[in-house]
Amino acid sequence: MHLAYPAVLAALLFCVGLYGVLARRNAILVLMSVELMLNAVNLNLVAFDVWLRDTLHSGQALTLFTIAIAAAEIGIGLAIVLAVYRNRGTSAIDRLRDTAETDAAETLPDDAGTGPSGTDAAPNGDTTTATGRPGDNAGKNKKAEATR
Amino acid sequence: MPLSTAAGATASATMGTTVASAGDHPGFLSPSGVEIAFLLVGLVTLGAAVITVTTRQLVHAALWLVVALGGLAVEYLLLTAEFIAWVQVLIYVGSVVVLLLFGLMLTRAPIGRSPDADSGNRWVALGVAAAAATALVWVVVDAFRTTWIDLDGPAQGSTEVTGAFLFRNWVLPFEALSVLLLAALVGAIVLSRKHDTDTTVRPGPSGSPRSPGPSGSSGPSGKEERS
Repeated sequence: MHLAYPAVLAALLFCVGLYGVLARRNAILVLMSVELMLNAVNLNLVAFDVWLRDTLHSGQALTLFTIAIAAAEIGIGLAIVLAVYRNRGTSAIDRLRDTAETDAAETLPDDAGTGPSGTDAAPNGDTTTATGRPGDNAGKNKKAEATR
Repeated sequence: MPLSTAAGATASATMGTTVASAGDHPGFLSPSGVEIAFLLVGLVTLGAAVITVTTRQLVHAALWLVVALGGLAVEYLLLTAEFIAWVQVLIYVGSVVVLLLFGLMLTRAPIGRSPDADSGNRWVALGVAAAAATALVWVVVDAFRTTWIDLDGPAQGSTEVTGAFLFRNWVLPFEALSVLLLAALVGAIVLSRKHDTDTTVRPGPSGSPRSPGPSGSSGPSGKEERS
């Protein structure tokens, strides 16, 4: 078998996964794309191991290790996604902007009309401060909330 | 450019590819059965992967991921790595996709079409992926156009061979991997456990924890108490 077949397939699968990681919004779909990228690397490892006829079979051993590490990664990743969803109510990765540096980055693009009341409304009925403040003060209030 | 050596080959139009033939080697322009099977399964795998990253139905993305990973298992079988193929079926198709489906259900993913499955930087991502695919395919084809895998002889990835090299040469990393799996298990339990300090509402409006958000005021916390 020509070596270009598995190598080209692995490269294309990796780039499909790369597109998924960059373009998807849901965090679980991003994890699926990461799995695609890891599988592309696995295919490369197996193909080159079979080509080289390595006596240690390093490629296949590394493939087994990569599969186990991917399983661990998907477990930890899903635990993190579920924890984020429990705290924030969303698993869209472009809405998690608490570590953004500028105030402009903290105002979400689709919250421009409604204000920041959806994400940081206080649960104890304190809705007047949450809905009443304008949108451009949301970052400052959030930072003041974080420093207290 | 070495790709131009394929211009003399008369049968290059039948394959529809730009890979140059080495001439004295058997088979690229008259592919063997294994190569045809690899190509067909590879097309199915690639198509399933593309649908996985582009579909707007989140559960369908997980199901197409099953097709892609199963196709990769068939590719491993064609490369005579049998043990890895069945490990792929067991772990990826059996557990990882099930975990992903559980994650989709626990985060209340919409069942039907979701209009916001792709973020705003979709075209940038498409450009980056296309550039990376072009560069990688060009480099890989240019580097390995005269390289052939010899699939004859005994299978290089049968269970006997795998057991021999795994427990003769790789036993220490194998044991270290079990420690890593244990750490991942403990970490997942710690991350998904409900902390007592997070549930108690602190006094004052400033120190109170965040609300669950717009998708349901009591949804995530109530679900978490049941589980």
